[in-house]
Amino acid sequence: MSSHRAVTYPRYLDAGEAAVVVEFGETADPAVNAQVLALDAAILSPGIEGVRETVPTYRSLMIHYDPLVLARKNLVEAIEQIEAAHPEPRAPKTLWTLPCCYSPECAEDLFRIAELTKLTPERVVALHSGATYRVYMYGFAPGFCYLGGVPDALKISRREKPRPPHPANTVLLGGGLTLVSTFAMPTGWYLIGRTPERMFAPEREPIFLVEVGDALAFEPIDAASFASLDARAAGGEIVAKRKPLR
Amino acid sequence: MSVLRVLAAGPGVTLQDGGRHGYLRFGVTAAGPMDSLAFATANAAAGAESNATTIEVSLGGIELAADAAVSLAVAGGAFRIELAGRPLPSAALATLEPGQMLAIQPGAAGAWCYVAVAGRIRVPKMLGSTATHTRSGLGGISGRALAAGDLLPLAAPRTLEPKLARIDAPWLAREATAIRVVLGPQDDYFTKAAVAAFLAGPWTLSARSDRMAYLLEGERLAHAKGFNIVSDGIAFGAIQVPGDGKPVVLMADRQPTGGYPKIANVIGADLGKLAQLRPGAQISFAAVTIEEAVAARRAEAQTLKRPIVREPLVRTEFPSEFLLGLNLVDGMTADGAADEGA
Repeated sequence: MSSHRAVTYPRYLDAGEAAVVVEFGETADPAVNAQVLALDAAILSPGIEGVRETVPTYRSLMIHYDPLVLARKNLVEAIEQIEAAHPEPRAPKTLWTLPCCYSPECAEDLFRIAELTKLTPERVVALHSGATYRVYMYGFAPGFCYLGGVPDALKISRREKPRPPHPANTVLLGGGLTLVSTFAMPTGWYLIGRTPERMFAPEREPIFLVEVGDALAFEPIDAASFASLDARAAGGEIVAKRKPLR
Repeated sequence: MSVLRVLAAGPGVTLQDGGRHGYLRFGVTAAGPMDSLAFATANAAAGAESNATTIEVSLGGIELAADAAVSLAVAGGAFRIELAGRPLPSAALATLEPGQMLAIQPGAAGAWCYVAVAGRIRVPKMLGSTATHTRSGLGGISGRALAAGDLLPLAAPRTLEPKLARIDAPWLAREATAIRVVLGPQDDYFTKAAVAAFLAGPWTLSARSDRMAYLLEGERLAHAKGFNIVSDGIAFGAIQVPGDGKPVVLMADRQPTGGYPKIANVIGADLGKLAQLRPGAQISFAAVTIEEAVAARRAEAQTLKRPIVREPLVRTEFPSEFLLGLNLVDGMTADGAADEGA
């Protein structure tokens, strides 16, 4: 152990009197994230009276609760009981394969990424579309998901300054992550591609395509396929491929 | 179908219900009222459900008309309210008749007030809620703020007796004391001196503040171990400190997660008080325990269990400002409170 003061996990941090953060580690790591999701699943089923909502993130679970119904002490005890039983870390349930257009009109920053990584654009695409990612968390905007498992050769910093809004459904890269956006917005990430799939579609069932903990991959498509798949997705069709993993 | 017509609306006036809960895990902001106590008071005074859709009026103000008589309850802050040119108390029940205008403008204090309807504003629910979140374009009318010309369809509009009343809600006049916080979850990212400086302030509320975040201006706070953390959840009232050392209080329209250390979290019972401060206000903080925060929350919940008293406003030939100054509201019956503006 390299650190002077070892932190024992999980640890319980208060975010005011109506939310507790259960932290399983300091870094974004698949094993830590699996523990977060295991606790999340155990809390949601069968449910604890007074728990309003849970928010899984990379290495912690935020539990929003009503302190007039559920005392903090009782909540922490309930979590300790769950943890004592060592809940099974949740393995990915589904592998989603998202079509992704890496052509220049969809991937504005592909050449810049190639420069930064000292790879050819073809190699960047091959690496990005050859990896299988884990959905660590949602955040930032409805349906906007953070994917871990980026190949080391593609791990670049974020931009120094945010750029003007990118189109909706842009696939982003930077800070060791790849992300699928849902809305046009300014960003500090690089634009590596664009998927015709909608991760968030309020008129569709499911409204949110993937679950935290699922596996996800990208399959290169050309600009013509993008246009036709985009039109189908706009009509409410799911254009990603879905493969149950167990 | 009866409607409320928006004649004018300043920036930042939105429809809000109790909030879009249950979807934080998918990146969906809860939105909902900035001052939940004022919101609940308005709905209770209008005889509406506790989470019913209201108009949240910003410092931009609003002017409303109705095509059929309907009673509206207004509460929150100390806004200037006029019904057909007659000034009303800042927490009031007003019955709006066709041809009349209800005008709400910033008054002596307060940043948000709520217009609740005796009846129901009928706009579509999105993910179980009508709350407007303009940044993601969800809720309200097409996910945007209200604007002149908007028509708000009303279901089952009613008029209440007395038609014109003062809402007795002394709890909406908050004391100008320090905002109470619970330290953490990342107060260990700051030096002890920085935590003390954070509490003492004073901070000045920035004019760039909005429903998402209240930005505080003052001496920059020193981080003890950097200002980047692995993103985690953000509760209402979380106070994060980004690289520039200036605290940011995350409010109703906050994103569900974020990556800056959070030095403290405003307690639930003081969120509305903070929300009602205006740009330029001086703010300091006081650290309390979880137990104290829960006790304050329980006291606030008790407040709303009492029935809301509506004291009739009298009809008179005297200038209404004069009468309101005298506060001559005692001993009048509902029959004496006929509407003088019709």
